[in-house]
Formats: sequence, C-alpha cells, structure tokens
Amino acid sequence: MGPTATGIPNRKMAMWTFIGSECMLFGTLIATFLIYRGRNIVGPYPDELLNIPFITVTTFVLLMSSLMMVLALSAVHRGDARGTRLYLALTAAFGLIFLGGQYYEFRHFVHEGLPLGRNLFSSTFFVLTGTHGAHVAGGVIWLGTLFLRAARGRLDERHAETVEIAGLYWHFVDVVWIVLFTLIYLLG
Amino acid sequence: MATAESRATKMTPEPHLGTYAGGIWSWLTTVDHKRIAIMYFVTGFVFLLVAGAEAELIRVQLARPELRILEPDLYNQLFTMHGTTMVFFAGMPLIIAFFNFVIPLQIGARDVAFPRLNAFSYWTLLFGGLFLYASFFFGGAPDGGWFAYTPLTNRQYSPGSGLDFYILALLLSGIGSIAGGVNFLVTIVNMRAPGMTFMRLPLFTWMSMIVSILILLAFPPFTIGLVFMMFDRTFGTHFFDAAAGADPVLWQHLFWVFGHPEVYILILPAFGVVSEVIPAFSKKSLFGYPVMVFSGILIAFLGFGVWVHHMFSVGLGPIVNAVFGGATMLIAIPTGIKMFNWIATMWGGQLRFTTAMLYAVGLVATFTIGGLSGVMHASPPADLQQTDTYFVVAHFHYVLIGGTVFGLFSGLYYWFPKVTGKLLHEGLGKTHFWLTFTALNVTFFPMHFSGLLGQPRRTFTYAEGLGLDVFNLISTIGAVLFAASFLPLIANLWRTWRRGEDAGPNPWDAPTLEWTTASPPPHYNFAVVPRVDRRNPLWHPHIEAGLGWAGEVEPGGVAPRLQPETPPEPIVMPDPSYWPLVMASGLLIATIGALGSLPVVLSGAAVAFVGLFGWAFEPPERGRH
Repeated sequence: MGPTATGIPNRKMAMWTFIGSECMLFGTLIATFLIYRGRNIVGPYPDELLNIPFITVTTFVLLMSSLMMVLALSAVHRGDARGTRLYLALTAAFGLIFLGGQYYEFRHFVHEGLPLGRNLFSSTFFVLTGTHGAHVAGGVIWLGTLFLRAARGRLDERHAETVEIAGLYWHFVDVVWIVLFTLIYLLG
Repeated sequence: MATAESRATKMTPEPHLGTYAGGIWSWLTTVDHKRIAIMYFVTGFVFLLVAGAEAELIRVQLARPELRILEPDLYNQLFTMHGTTMVFFAGMPLIIAFFNFVIPLQIGARDVAFPRLNAFSYWTLLFGGLFLYASFFFGGAPDGGWFAYTPLTNRQYSPGSGLDFYILALLLSGIGSIAGGVNFLVTIVNMRAPGMTFMRLPLFTWMSMIVSILILLAFPPFTIGLVFMMFDRTFGTHFFDAAAGADPVLWQHLFWVFGHPEVYILILPAFGVVSEVIPAFSKKSLFGYPVMVFSGILIAFLGFGVWVHHMFSVGLGPIVNAVFGGATMLIAIPTGIKMFNWIATMWGGQLRFTTAMLYAVGLVATFTIGGLSGVMHASPPADLQQTDTYFVVAHFHYVLIGGTVFGLFSGLYYWFPKVTGKLLHEGLGKTHFWLTFTALNVTFFPMHFSGLLGQPRRTFTYAEGLGLDVFNLISTIGAVLFAASFLPLIANLWRTWRRGEDAGPNPWDAPTLEWTTASPPPHYNFAVVPRVDRRNPLWHPHIEAGLGWAGEVEPGGVAPRLQPETPPEPIVMPDPSYWPLVMASGLLIATIGALGSLPVVLSGAAVAFVGLFGWAFEPPERGRH
C-alpha cells in the first residue's frame, strides 16, 4: 500500500473507527446497567457482594498492563527485541491476572447465591462485565500472538504499527474498565 | 451519446471482460470489490424477490374480508419475514452492492481499504440470510414482527425456535455490517486519489460515508439488545422480564435507537444515487453541492434523536413526545432542501429522460408523498390515531419503495453499463419504471384510507362492511401489478446478458471518475491513478471543446480521460483468499450450534479461529498484475 490520503495508515484508522463503534456497544450495556440499578426485587443485592478492595487490586493490575503496553511499543520503536518480548509478555500476563480475578469473582458470586439468572443485578452485571472480560480475553490472545512473533524474531521496528494498533485496542479496553469500576463498584 | 462517442480519444480504454472471468472457486475466494458488488447484488435481489413473494401472499390473504387462505400463525411468520428480509437481507445488501462497486471507482482507488474484510462481510450476510430462512424448516419462522417487541418475544410467549433464528441471524449478519461500516469509512477517508478533496467527492460517495458512520453507531445498540434477548430466552436472565422489575420498554428503546437510523441507512444512499443521476441527465452540475452535503449530514445527525416517534403510544409523557415530535418535523427541512436542489438542478438543464432519470425524478415525487405523511404522524396526537394502522404502512412503503427502491433502480440503470459494459434496453426499462410507479401508487395509496378508517396492521383479516373491502381489493390488485413489474426488469437483464449494446466507457456523458475507465473496468480499475482538480472532472471546458487535456494537467499527473490501455508500471493487487470464507463458515457453524449444542459452538469457534489466523498470517499481496 502506498501512502493514504490522510497520511494515517488504514489499519490504524480502522481501529479508531472500530473503537468508536465499541463505545456505542459498551454505552448500551452501561446505560442498561444504570437504568436497572436498585430495581432488584429479590436479593442478593450488590452491596452484599461487591468486594471493592479485591477488585481494586485487579484493576490496578489491568492499569499496569497498559503501562507495560506502552513500554512494549517503545521497545519495538527502539528495535529492542528483548524489551519487546518482555513487555508484551507482561502485558498479556497482567491481562490474564485480571481475567483470573474476574473468574474468581464470578465463582464467588454464584457461590453466594447470585447465578446469572437470579435478578436484574445478576443479569446486567454478568453480561456487562462478561462482555468486557471477553474483550480482555481477545486482547490477551492478540498479545500472545504478537509475543510469539517477537519470540521468533519476526516482530521488529518495521512492525511498530502492528503493536501500536494492538495497543490502541488494549488501552481502550482498559479505559472501559475504569468506567465500569467507577460505576459498578465505587458508585454502587 | 453520439457526442460522447465523437469525442472519445484513441486512448479510450478497451473493455476488460476478464474482470469477471474464472470458475466458482474464483468467486468464492475473490476480494475484488467489483465481484463482491455483484455477489451482494445477486444475493440482495434474490432476497428481494423472496420477501416480495411473502408480501404477495399477505395481499392475497387480505384481498377480501374474512378469507382463510393463510392461517393467522403463518400470516404472522410471513409479515415478520417480509419486514426482516426486506430491511436486512434485501435493502442492506443492495445498498452495499452499490457501495462496493461505485465508491472505489468514484474516488479513484483500486479497491477498498480491506479487500478480505469486504469478502468476509459478504459471507456473513449470505450465511445470516440463509440461516434465517432455515427457520421455516425447523419449527417455523420468527413471528414477532421485524421489531420483535418484548414481552411477546420472551420465551414464555414465543416458545418456538423462530425468534432464536431471528436473533442469531441478525447477530451473524450484524458482524459483517459493522465490518463493512469500518471498511467503507476508511476507504472513503483514506483511499481518495490525489486532489480528491472532501468537497470534490461525488454525492453518492458522500452519502455512503455518512451511512458508514450510521452503521458503526447504530448497529451496536441493536446487537446488545439482541444479546439481552438471547440471554433472556436461553440463559434465564431478566432484561425484559417485568416480573423481575425490568422495564418492558427497554427493548423498544434499544431497537429504535438502531431502527430509526437504519431508515436513513436505507434512504441516504438512494439520495446519493439521485444526486449523481439528475446532474448527469440534466447536463448541469448539482445545484448547491455544499448544501446537499450538509443537509445529508444534518439528516443523519437528527436521525439519531427521533427514535421515540416510533413509541408515542407507549405513553412516555407529553414532554418527551413533544420533543421527539418536534425533532422529527425538523428532518423535513434538510430533506426538503434536497428536493428543491434536485429540482433546481433540473431547472434549465438539457434533460434526458432515460430510465435512470425517470426513477430519479420518480423518487423526488413519491418520496415527497411519503415524507409528507411522515410529518403528519410526527405529531403525537395525530400519530395516536394512525399508529399501528395501514396509514403507517402506506407511509413507509412510499418512503422505502418510492425512495430506496426507486433510488436503487435508478442506480441499476445508471451503473449497469459500467458494471457489465452493456446497456440495458431503454424501452423495457421505461416499461419497468411506469409499471413500478403505477403499482406503487395503486398498492399503497388506498392504504392511507384504510388506515385512517382504522384497519390495524399485522392482523390477518378484517370483518366485512367496515368500508375496508374496496381499498384492500385495490391494494391487492396493485400488488399483483407489482409482481408483474419485475418481468420487464428480468427480461431486460436476460436480454442484455445475451446481446446488449456495447456501452463504451461513458455512455451517459457523465462527469465523475468511474466513467473515465473501461466498462467493465479492469481488475485494477485505473491503469494510472487519476489526479483530480475539480468536482466534475469529465466536464472540463477543454474536454467539452474537444481539445483534450493539453496543458491542464498538473506536473506528474494524469488526466482522467487519458487512462492508457495498459498500465505503464506493474500494479500490485491483493491476491484472492479463502480465509474470509473459512472464518465466516466458522461463525455460521457456531451460530447453528447456538441453537442448542455447545460442542458445535466450540467447533465453529475453532474453525473461525483457524480462519482468523490464516487470514492474519497470509501476505495480502504477492502477485503482480
């Protein structure tokens, strides 16, 4: 491909437009969650279950994964192969830790009497955070693929754009989590 | 046309029939936007005929009072499938067919930004449509209306699998729609030829860009609504369960936040076609080009703020209804601006009433009728009388047939010579137009009256002696005429296929870039990327005077009309790929599995992953052409 009309690479612009579309996707989920907040007829209720300290830790891990992502991109730009491998692996690993925390939280909720079909809170909470978790999982697979490419020496500074686009997605998913953490846990 | 031929230079490109050569495998793996356009068109046209047949059955059942030709249960399935098919599997693919063919050619590009994603979008659409129709053979089609209102569509009241087919089919094809939105938006913004600034873009491409944004923003709320509905029906969640404290109106909001912009997704491309056809056949530049662009943007913007006018009878309160009613009426302003600008374009022009032009002018007339009845039920008190009656059916068929279908037919006659290199027969074309125009009015005009008399929609029959008999009989006669109107079109396509008149690169003496290259265009569209210095490149004063482009071309640039027969340098084009088909097949398998088999879902997901990774690690372009 030659240069584009705007100078912005096609794939990068595609990721931005996709993120715009994703905003509507999460916006709909969040709006539904907020509309249904406090309308449960049967328990358990959110304040009996939400464990803010625990989720604060996993939130912190997810935020740190964004930092690792930035360092990975910086390493690719510098042509630092070792740094690229290290930081991509850390980004994916921190994402996995977050997913592990979510898995533990979901199991705990079910154990405490909140299966998916229990009430409005269970419906909105599991589908909203589950959709986010699916996005994190997709990102981990993507980052894992990039790590494998880096490990085989097939990801150098010529592929910085590829890493940057994965980073755009990853940061977006993190930003969504900051909104969810605030709305579900801090304001819940 | 004679004048165009006399001006043709020796360098006029030869037709490239090789564009469409190759067996079935070449179509399964194609990533060429021109071939994908044809696949979209054929698919959309077949679904148009199928959904049209469903409409004919509905009209037969309603021809006389108290008929029992169709049982109520089958009647419900037919009107649901008619609406769902027309919107998602006829209207959308036919529009995307035009996007695919026209946009790259109009902006001077060799393909879309993501050719393989384009193929993927097509396969998800085809598979979604086929999956939806499979429901007829597995316990009955969906019967909750194309809008699938809850609580009627909750598992409790719709226990059959029809609604599950509806949800999954629309989720599957929705993935492709969003991918298409990304693809066309990036294509238009990023793939423009040098000099093709935004305010030089042809109006069709402008409207397509706006529609791509609408698709990106409107489909996600619907997707989530469908996910909620699927979870309610399959996993026992309570999103639409009033007994659990849920708001039963939530679905209506999610549906119409999508559904109303969808109306503009269907109409703005038709407006774009008309904005190409009327100037070409008036031999005048479009009147008020910037205003036409901005009114399109305004229609799309307002279109996101009017969805509650589908819900006035819900009872959301007078303030809400008044605000949404007022916003709805505002849309008449930019739409009216477009109407007046088209008329002003024709004013004083050298008019040529070809079939394409007849359909374009027909749109200006019939869409206005539909627009006026739309303003009528933008007023909540009036709407409370009209909602759920045949008056609304009359309104939106005037808009969707008199607008979208007329626009698409106009575009079909206009661009068919570019797609195939052959001219459609004008006599058959004009017969087709006048039959369609008559059938539309005979079928739907009486519905204004039967609607105002109170005949409810979606009811399989009506009692005798309510004053509805004659209007329904006329509507049914019109529907039969409508079916007949497709005969000259199909005959025309068949005839042209066998022995059509050669079109040449620019049979209409039209001004935009797609007419600078051969008909059909070569695989790479343009041997040399054109350089654009004005809005209507082919209506250059020097060309008009028969002087060619001497002295008018920027250094290093190539004037559009001088497309050489063979490219001076090798052109790298994307290779065919079967991975998009593999990935879409995986999603289809997973969708089938979602009806009740986890192993099938997982194997489908595995196939989709293989497709995704094959796609990601396949070099997009190896060969040279």
